[in-house]
Amino acid sequence: MTEPNLVGGLTGGVLIGCAAVLLLVVNGRIAGVSGIIGALVSGGVVGDRLWRIAFVLGLVVGAGLYALATGGLILDFQTSGFGVIVAGLLVGAGTQLGSGCTSGHGVCGIARLSKRSIWATATFIGVGVLTVYVIRHVLS
Amino acid sequence: MKNAIAAFVSGTLFGLGLALSEMVNPARVVGFLDVTGAWDPTLLFVMGGALAVTMPAFPLVLRRAAPIFSEKFYLPTNVSIDPALLAGAAMFGVGWGIAGFCPGPALAALVTASPTAVLFVVSMLAGQWLTAKVRKQ
Repeated sequence: MTEPNLVGGLTGGVLIGCAAVLLLVVNGRIAGVSGIIGALVSGGVVGDRLWRIAFVLGLVVGAGLYALATGGLILDFQTSGFGVIVAGLLVGAGTQLGSGCTSGHGVCGIARLSKRSIWATATFIGVGVLTVYVIRHVLS
Repeated sequence: MKNAIAAFVSGTLFGLGLALSEMVNPARVVGFLDVTGAWDPTLLFVMGGALAVTMPAFPLVLRRAAPIFSEKFYLPTNVSIDPALLAGAAMFGVGWGIAGFCPGPALAALVTASPTAVLFVVSMLAGQWLTAKVRKQ
């Protein structure tokens, strides 16, 4: 179990919001992580790849800077082996089919008042809640 | 090149935000989804903090004729609530609930070189690639 970190959550959220505004105002792009990498793995358009790679590199560097400043990142994995593979496949396939993830739908889409994003966000949070309920309170 | 630099800065801020809010920690995400257990509301504050910036700022940005370093805004054009959207979001929800990882935090977690994070990202990319391939046919 984790103790709520409301200040860290809110501050981190504001940084994520600023990152999304920056990408929109400068590049005209939506900061949806699954969309940014999805266009890379599905081939994409030549000349449209560099900014995507740079964004992903930034994600890793940003987390690395925080780890350097604080002494490391805490990662408590919830599953291992086969579970990780199944979850990864579902997240990849689901975000590709559903055109977005927590950032694209949850942060950027809702900000544009997109009905699709509101439906998608409600769906993945609802199904996520159900999944955790089944794993934690039914199966175990 | 200017686009790449801007994207790198945006990605860095994003990664910093994910680390600071501890969304890179799967236990926090699953803690948020575990509403009938020891519920951890942190994720709600992350989304709230992000939306507090994007909700007022996006409409202001979109009043511009064009972005600073691009000729136009690249916005989604599909507006229909179709089966693919809901089925995809549901599949994503199941994977998210199992692992506590969504794409952003999973990529950011690669900095730890953790084999579990790497395995998740490789599986996720495979899932995206397969789906894109099947849908093209």
